[in-house]
Amino acid sequence: MEHLQFDFPGDPAAPAPHPHGPGYVLVGVVSSGNLEVLLEPATPGGGCRVRVDTAVAGYGAVWRAVLAEFCARHRLRDLTISINDMGATPAVVSLRLDQAFEELERGAAR
Amino acid sequence: MGQWDKLASNRRARLARGRALGRGKCVSAEQATALLEAVIEPGDRVCIEGDNQKQADFLARCLVAVDVSRVHGLHMVQSVLALPEHLEVFERGIARRLDFSFSGPQGARLARLVQEGRIEIGAIHTYLELFGRYFIDLTPRVALVAATSADRDGNLYTGPNTEDTPAIVEATAFKSGVVVAQVNELVERVPRVDIPGDWVDFVVPSPAPHYLEPLFTRDPAHISEIQVLMAMMVIRGIYAEYGVNRLNHGIGFDTAAVELLLPTYAEDLGLKGRIGRHWAMNPHPTIIPAIESGFVESIHCFGSELGMEAYVAARPDVFFTGPDGSLRSNRAFCQAAGHYACDLFIGSTLQIDLEGNSSTATLDRITGFGGAPNMGADARGRRHASPAWLRAGEEARAGAAMPRGRKLVVQMAETFREHMQPAFVARLDAWQLMERIGAALPPVMIYGDDVTHIVTEEGIANLLRCRNDEERAEAIRGVAGFTPVGRARSRAAVENLRDRGVIRRPEDLGIDKRDATRDLLAARSMKDLVRWSGGLYDPPKRFRNW
Repeated sequence: MEHLQFDFPGDPAAPAPHPHGPGYVLVGVVSSGNLEVLLEPATPGGGCRVRVDTAVAGYGAVWRAVLAEFCARHRLRDLTISINDMGATPAVVSLRLDQAFEELERGAAR
Repeated sequence: MGQWDKLASNRRARLARGRALGRGKCVSAEQATALLEAVIEPGDRVCIEGDNQKQADFLARCLVAVDVSRVHGLHMVQSVLALPEHLEVFERGIARRLDFSFSGPQGARLARLVQEGRIEIGAIHTYLELFGRYFIDLTPRVALVAATSADRDGNLYTGPNTEDTPAIVEATAFKSGVVVAQVNELVERVPRVDIPGDWVDFVVPSPAPHYLEPLFTRDPAHISEIQVLMAMMVIRGIYAEYGVNRLNHGIGFDTAAVELLLPTYAEDLGLKGRIGRHWAMNPHPTIIPAIESGFVESIHCFGSELGMEAYVAARPDVFFTGPDGSLRSNRAFCQAAGHYACDLFIGSTLQIDLEGNSSTATLDRITGFGGAPNMGADARGRRHASPAWLRAGEEARAGAAMPRGRKLVVQMAETFREHMQPAFVARLDAWQLMERIGAALPPVMIYGDDVTHIVTEEGIANLLRCRNDEERAEAIRGVAGFTPVGRARSRAAVENLRDRGVIRRPEDLGIDKRDATRDLLAARSMKDLVRWSGGLYDPPKRFRNW
């Protein structure tokens, strides 16, 4: 088990997140080779804080790269991202993050 | 005057020794080892039929049991090393040299024996290459083949698993060699003649039916969402884009996912009748839903697949079947068909370098090639046109005066395999393997200059549209994800390639990643496949949980 935390600067020009429904977005499941991603709005004016609990230690650099690319690509701000990982590959991590973002977008469009 | 029939007179001597052991062509299982000692001479080239699926396993065991003082120094020329006996003949000193094509499950042990100097490898071939050499310089002196049944005249019935038998027997029988067949049973009259009796010298009823490996069965339960996503990209970005109607699918979960998305995703996109109509491939159980929903018009098979016999026999408009009703497979013809008559090959790979060369070789395993290099290579001798072939050729030859088509050769790989092994590497393990086994070439499955598209979870790289080697390397980095190779990309160069359509992301193809779920699979379990087949598909026990 490893606990990681990353902070990425937000893009002040980007729209703030407005999740629909319960006020957060949750995708994925905690099972072997899979992960759970929770997106929640954070205090305005901030960036993205990501907390990762992963069953596989030693891949901090890859997590940082995957998460930095995700936050930059979608111009995210004011968001807390919590991840419970059971050994998902970067492919699965990216897919879940993108799915979570698309859920978030759908909320904003409504 | 010289003597011009040494081979034929030597053959007569072998047959005379063998005939003493049985009645006519029939020799009992108890006498089988003695038969091999009688008809095989030291230093002979010997072929044990071992294909992807069917194995002459009883005769392989008999060969391991021969008296080494009588039978030794053999040169084995065979498609596949699949059984432990295929290597035991080397460990016992019965055989010394090996020319082959594929070694799947015995790959690790083979690598060890080569490093210990106990096997000399002539070369690792593709199936067609090896069959070709059977008719040029590697003609077997003795062939040990497998069939379902035989009559007393030696007529063989191979049932659905004809596979390599015609090619092996043709080369051996017509060059004064000796053909020995193990058969599951002796019958009065065979249901159909797959090999004529006068090409066969001995038949041995084996104590148990020959072994069949269900090599092409993939349980849909193990298909991941990433594979679904990649399959969506393949259907939209390649099959629909080029209008691919004649194709070959390799083995694996990546292509199984494509097969299972035809009746759902492709159908929703209105692609029925526009893609995937004619196939060269084994009867994959995962193609059943596409057949049942009317996508597939015809399939010619390299071999059969365990459990698919009754389903295939009930769909003669789709499959090639004989007067007995069962499948007629033929590896040599299907390989030729896949090479010359298909517009696309798609398969999975383990490692890809920045030139696009791909390899399934890893350091401690010699796995060989099988058929993929012939399927996954541009057919330079092709002269007939089709829309998909012409379109690929136009992209590859922009500005060239002479119009010419190009085969679509697609490699699928997740950027990381299990245990976080990167699929994209600066240097293939194949180079190190070459040094270790003293080979002349690194064992490359598909050369980079034949690959047209690389598909990963990150997107599709269209290598046809790259203008030079640097651009090609950058396009590959651009789909290599977070592997060290992928992270060394130039962001600006990749964005430029994306603007030009060289790299296409799922969103560029109109794919919503939320749709990439297993719900999109037409069958999600073995039981679903059985249901689609109307109960005709009978999965092997190891694939059943009911």
